[in-house]
Amino acid sequence: MTSTVETVSTMAEAARAVAQGATFLAGGTIVMRDVNAGEAAPRIVRTIDPSLNDIRISGDSVVLGAGVTMAQVLANRDLEFLHPAARMIGGPQVRNMGTVGGNLFAPHPYGDFAVALLALGARAVMAGQSGGRPLDDLMRDRSRSPALVAAIECPRPRAGSFGFLKVSRVKPKGVSVLSVAALLPREGGRIRGPRVAWGAMGPGPMRGASAERLLDGQELSAATIDRVVQAAAEGLSPPTDAIATDWYRREVAGVHLKRLLEQMERG
Amino acid sequence: MAKKPVHFSHNGVERAAFADDGQNLLEFLRRGAGDLSPKYGCGQGTCGACTVMIDGETQLSCLVLAESIDGKSIRTAAGLASDQLDPLQVAFMDHFAAQCGYCTPGMLVSARALLERNPKPTREEVMEAISGNLCRCTGYEPIISAILAVAEGRAQA
Repeated sequence: MTSTVETVSTMAEAARAVAQGATFLAGGTIVMRDVNAGEAAPRIVRTIDPSLNDIRISGDSVVLGAGVTMAQVLANRDLEFLHPAARMIGGPQVRNMGTVGGNLFAPHPYGDFAVALLALGARAVMAGQSGGRPLDDLMRDRSRSPALVAAIECPRPRAGSFGFLKVSRVKPKGVSVLSVAALLPREGGRIRGPRVAWGAMGPGPMRGASAERLLDGQELSAATIDRVVQAAAEGLSPPTDAIATDWYRREVAGVHLKRLLEQMERG
Repeated sequence: MAKKPVHFSHNGVERAAFADDGQNLLEFLRRGAGDLSPKYGCGQGTCGACTVMIDGETQLSCLVLAESIDGKSIRTAAGLASDQLDPLQVAFMDHFAAQCGYCTPGMLVSARALLERNPKPTREEVMEAISGNLCRCTGYEPIISAILAVAEGRAQA
């Protein structure tokens, strides 16, 4: 089936088309695959609105236009905390194309950047709506998002409080066995309100509730890490694909979470 | 199906052609602009055989909507040589970096983009730069050697 592509000049017009069921085309790395395979929606909309590429940095948060590419994230020194995740997306060509907004909707096994954003407590700014929507919310029913993400608001983590790790078989470019991100804010040496997020451990990026529960209120010590690792995969139902089985992903989740936490403990 | 006019710079030459609705840049370049150097490998953004430079950045032409390049500058492997071959092309021959040759245009474009951004890359930087280009013949070593030879000024051109 061939698709009709509409180019509109503003986000507002694009949002209206999306509300009517059109598919939004951003960097192309997901939607154009379907177009090439003849499997895309009949109506596709794209916009040349430059605000899609805005990056705004303030003291405690950053706002990334949904059309900001991984390469733009990597070129910005104020976004250093996001570099470990951005660097692991695709190869160089995909990083020049793939966008922050698109990654939120990337099907398994993609979407590792969204994992980092989810752990950071980012919010999605929907086009034409005021106030952000927590990514937790958006990720839960992302396949049915009827509105267009205009930008991402992301709190800046304190130095040393955020870590990200992606595990793939082929290096330096390979899809995820899994990815995991952790935000561990500390008060007086104890972790308060930790956020852990997993990629490739469910239908989309997921919070790691069991790990968070065991980290909350604790010091990041070897004993804490051991307890967390035991329960790492609890409540997660990872998919089986060509990269790994669900069993394997559950088996190794704790090992990789341990590596991430130890790396953060060392600082 | 509406055809849309696209004005673009193609290897330094200003051109105009019509793009079909939903047509990707790879097909547009091959059929519309007669440039057969970018190759169709997977149509899924996995193999890198269709790599071109858009305003100096490497992108996968099979995943770029043709009409979106209006006003932009496209460089492909066909534009690397002028009256002489690009030093990378010579080095690829000297190092046997092409066997079946299907990945070669994409490899050359990725390598050229790397050297323009970073004329003295390390071996790791070379590997990273071609990580989006699959080669099923060479095992990559000859390709890495060829690119490093140019970077280190060891290639004859």
